[in-house]
Amino acid sequence: MSRGTGGWGPTPDSHAFPTRRYDLVKEFVIALGVVTVLCVVAALVFSSPDEPAISLQQWARQAPADVVATAAGELAGTTTSAGYGPPYNTAAEGQTLGPVNLQKLPGVTLPVEPAKDFVLDPVRTLVGDTAATTAVRVWEAASADQQQAWATAYADALAKAPDGDPAKVASGDYGPVPAIAAAELRLADSGALEGLLTSRTSFFGVDSTKALLLLADGTHLEDAARAQNLGGDQWGIMNETGNYPGQPWLWLYSLWYQVPPFSTSDNADIGVWALMILLSIGFVCIPWIPGLRTLPRHLGVHRLVWRTQRR
Amino acid sequence: MMTQLLAVSQPVPAGPVVQWGWVTITVANLVVILAMILIFVLALVLPFPAPREDEDR
Amino acid sequence: MSRPSTSDPSLGSEPAARRGRDTWTAALTRWVEGLVPKGQWLPDRQPVYVASWIYVFGVACLASLVVIIASGLVLTLGGVTWWHSSTVGHFFNSVHLWSVELFFATMVIHLWGKFFMASWRGNRGLTWATGALAFFGSLGTAFTGYLIQTNFDSQWISTQAKDGLNAAGFGAYFNVMNLGQMVLWHVSLLPLVVGGIVAVHIVLVRRRGVAPPIGAADPTTSLPAPDPEATLGAPAPEGRRTESASVRTVGSSQGPGA
Repeated sequence: MSRGTGGWGPTPDSHAFPTRRYDLVKEFVIALGVVTVLCVVAALVFSSPDEPAISLQQWARQAPADVVATAAGELAGTTTSAGYGPPYNTAAEGQTLGPVNLQKLPGVTLPVEPAKDFVLDPVRTLVGDTAATTAVRVWEAASADQQQAWATAYADALAKAPDGDPAKVASGDYGPVPAIAAAELRLADSGALEGLLTSRTSFFGVDSTKALLLLADGTHLEDAARAQNLGGDQWGIMNETGNYPGQPWLWLYSLWYQVPPFSTSDNADIGVWALMILLSIGFVCIPWIPGLRTLPRHLGVHRLVWRTQRR
Repeated sequence: MMTQLLAVSQPVPAGPVVQWGWVTITVANLVVILAMILIFVLALVLPFPAPREDEDR
Repeated sequence: MSRPSTSDPSLGSEPAARRGRDTWTAALTRWVEGLVPKGQWLPDRQPVYVASWIYVFGVACLASLVVIIASGLVLTLGGVTWWHSSTVGHFFNSVHLWSVELFFATMVIHLWGKFFMASWRGNRGLTWATGALAFFGSLGTAFTGYLIQTNFDSQWISTQAKDGLNAAGFGAYFNVMNLGQMVLWHVSLLPLVVGGIVAVHIVLVRRRGVAPPIGAADPTTSLPAPDPEATLGAPAPEGRRTESASVRTVGSSQGPGA
């Protein structure tokens, strides 16, 4: 008998009970056989989803206006990346939970300067393209205020143009920004942009951070995701592309994003994380939480399990 | 590679979803969850084979 | 907690005075042997109350884990982009996906069962806790798996998940958009961590034995036939002696519950 976990009183030693023949190894082998058959059959019948990655070239061909608008936004400092904060830059403070700001704590560990890294440095490589290289020179010679004015004006004008089409933008003083954005689009269309973002300085491109941040700054990636019910407010965390089951075990994590206050908060992510960590700690500690640790006695489901045992 | 390009231009259609108030769940996930509940209930109520020998040790 | 019989100086092969200068090896061996009662590492008998289908979901979960690892190893043979262009690769990716679905399904059913049976009773709190930790560890491992698919899913999941991780401060070190980092976490670091937690969980199950039914009477307090192995001067079978001895001292079986 053990003193054991509180609330139940002493529990008999399991080794003191009469025993029955029970072949654990055979049970495991049968389980392995059954699981293997189920997985192989499911694999043959249902296969698995594999929606190809959206290359920056496809982005350029399917949503060229989005590429131009995103490039202008990077230059104007209005994109998500440009205004993100740690760990990429210091443009913002990050999310807070009351007085606590965990996002700021580690500082900038993955430095990203979106205008430079995503747009200017790649465009600068177009050495044979005089329109592009001249535009970059004009940009760099201008003051920060002038750059801001040009880029913001162009980004606004694109938003107002029919279908966001750069060809239909109202005339205005945009400086070299339209030329730079157009050069970015040409780069993306050529298929060279991922390489410039991931392996230009490192040869081995195993870190897709910059390419992904740029793609996510546009609307095309999110549009494709929402079409598959993968948006955060669509319970997307639980879901998968196509007609496949996703991660139903993430139901509670997804749930919080659907309800206030999280659904309308700028600090939703840290809020949900904090709540889930608390609940997870509680879950691990069920054996020690009074009331919760003895709840099963009152639920009575155990009576089904042991109904064949005489008391 | 051609098949990949074609696949992107016609992405796989999203699976059907079930909406119930503010809860939206894909049919695929719903099937998995219901199957799990069913299996759990069956595990509780189906009789378990008796031991091979009637031995009490 | 049971002690191995060699702790009894009159029975051990080593005189007590010598034990102070035990080798580390002997101490480790004794510790390992003491982890689980003698004969309980892989017994071929279980308590009679282990008689329900609910008990198979732990082993089904373990079997699913084996299939996950096996199919995962095949995928490592070809690398992270192999399966996009190879039918064999895609097949093993599918096996890997469905074994993961089965793994979580059986784990959750196992968890439901253990909850309703309050299987943390009788000093089994750590068994529950390691199980819960294995669940969360598995979530993390599965998550990194989704990240290294090198397809649209990976693009979307990484750019979404980064926000929560960044907000909590982890994103500064755990960069979900860094494929190289995520591959290594998924195929080596996290499986080792989860494997370690699962190993501790299983050792604990063998150590304590399967939790008795709620409200079960202590079998040692009903008038027993004399234990044929408990002759004078010889130790009773491991795991029994100290436990049942304390019961006889204490008296009645069930204390008041909460």
